[in-house]
Amino acid sequence: MKYIDEYRNPEIIRKIIDRIKETVTQPWVIMEICGGQTHSIMRSGINELLKDQVELVHGPGCPVCVTPLELIDQALEIASRPEVIFTSFGDMLRVPGSEIDLQEARSRGADVRFVYSPLEAVKIARENPDKEVVFFAVGFETTAPGNAMAVRQAHREGLQNFSELVSHVLVPPAMEALLSSPANRVQAYLAAGHVCAVMGWEEYEPIAQKYKVPIVVTGFEPADLVQGILKTVQQLEKGQYTVENEYGRAVSRGGNIPARKIIDEVFKITDRKWRGIGSIPKSGFKIRKKYAAHDASLKFGVGHIEAQEPKICISGEILQGLKKPNICPAFGRECTPEHPLGATMVSSEGACSAYFRYHKRQL
Amino acid sequence: MCLAIPGKIVKTYEENGLLMGHIDYNGTLNSVCLAYVPEAETGQYVIVHAGFAISLLNEEEAQKSFEAWDEVTDQLKSDGYTIENEPLSEKRKDDKK
Ligand code: SF4
Repeated sequence: MKYIDEYRNPEIIRKIIDRIKETVTQPWVIMEICGGQTHSIMRSGINELLKDQVELVHGPGCPVCVTPLELIDQALEIASRPEVIFTSFGDMLRVPGSEIDLQEARSRGADVRFVYSPLEAVKIARENPDKEVVFFAVGFETTAPGNAMAVRQAHREGLQNFSELVSHVLVPPAMEALLSSPANRVQAYLAAGHVCAVMGWEEYEPIAQKYKVPIVVTGFEPADLVQGILKTVQQLEKGQYTVENEYGRAVSRGGNIPARKIIDEVFKITDRKWRGIGSIPKSGFKIRKKYAAHDASLKFGVGHIEAQEPKICISGEILQGLKKPNICPAFGRECTPEHPLGATMVSSEGACSAYFRYHKRQL
Repeated sequence: MCLAIPGKIVKTYEENGLLMGHIDYNGTLNSVCLAYVPEAETGQYVIVHAGFAISLLNEEEAQKSFEAWDEVTDQLKSDGYTIENEPLSEKRKDDKK
């Protein structure tokens, strides 16, 4: 396929890997932010090929993984009401709440539906005026444009029966939280290409300067990833720390201006709790007052529901790049993609599931 | 929800006041909201997330990296590797014709 195959060309990848090996004089610790990148790295074996040059640690960029447990419990509470049609992206359905997941709620009679766009949820609201339609609006900056548009569209059409349970998180505050932690080992970042496609990369410049870390905006195909790693180690070796864009075909400095405008119209920055990591100031979005009628948390009064994370799961440390999944005693034993104990095993973008699929030999 | 690959716009239309499009992913067609890439035209490539195009693929930028890679493949050839793939950049393909 055009614009995909080119970036999977093994000869190109091999040559860039050779260049990385020529460049590196000491091992570096680099974090790829996005779970999609983690998967591509594991699938193509880049981490193995470069294991003497760079340690790739996997970042918290999996929206399913960082959605806090209590949000899942709140979703379950709303979904259990008879007047509600609860809609969600497919990968949220199997994320364990404190007791059950949304799929289990469905088998117990809740009307839970999987949609692939938030606009489908708006359509369901349009077609079911006697029902309350709730969309589980999770994700990073990449899903925010769509989720904001759905609220705005429902508002415009006067669909009072559409609301969103919002748990939006933002990448730059999480990057800062990781860098300012005393346990931090990350020396450079591969920034998530599609987050930057929406938001641009201006926000990263003060972070690169303050913490003296190179940040390279990187795509998802193997050639993109090795190219991003090459640019990063070139900076590390020279002691530089600037923001570079290695994903010019999708990302511009200012990002997607119309998308940023609608996000800003509908959402407002707020403190957010991250599953396994805890609360990070100003690290998420919530719905603005103007659109409060479409805020499911207010509409159904579930904001008070809180939950404790299960003790055995170390996904919090994994999400911070402090531990690798195969260190977890439950990995591949009690915890598998079929029977996940933590969100990092459920989501196909989670580090535990990536390890399970591509790294079983390390069991 | 985040493994987005570029798809080709085959048709644009309006629905409930929003610009929409049919996007071709290697033969599979999907309906996608194009409101965030209002300048999009059929034949162009977009990157889609959860039903919304978030970026119009910049083909000029893509060509730049392919051209840089043409040099890499030239070097590989002179290093004795066999290169079976076609040249990546349009420019080099034209040279070949
Ligand atoms: S393997 Fe399972 S239990 Fe262990 S950290 Fe990963 S998700 Fe949690």
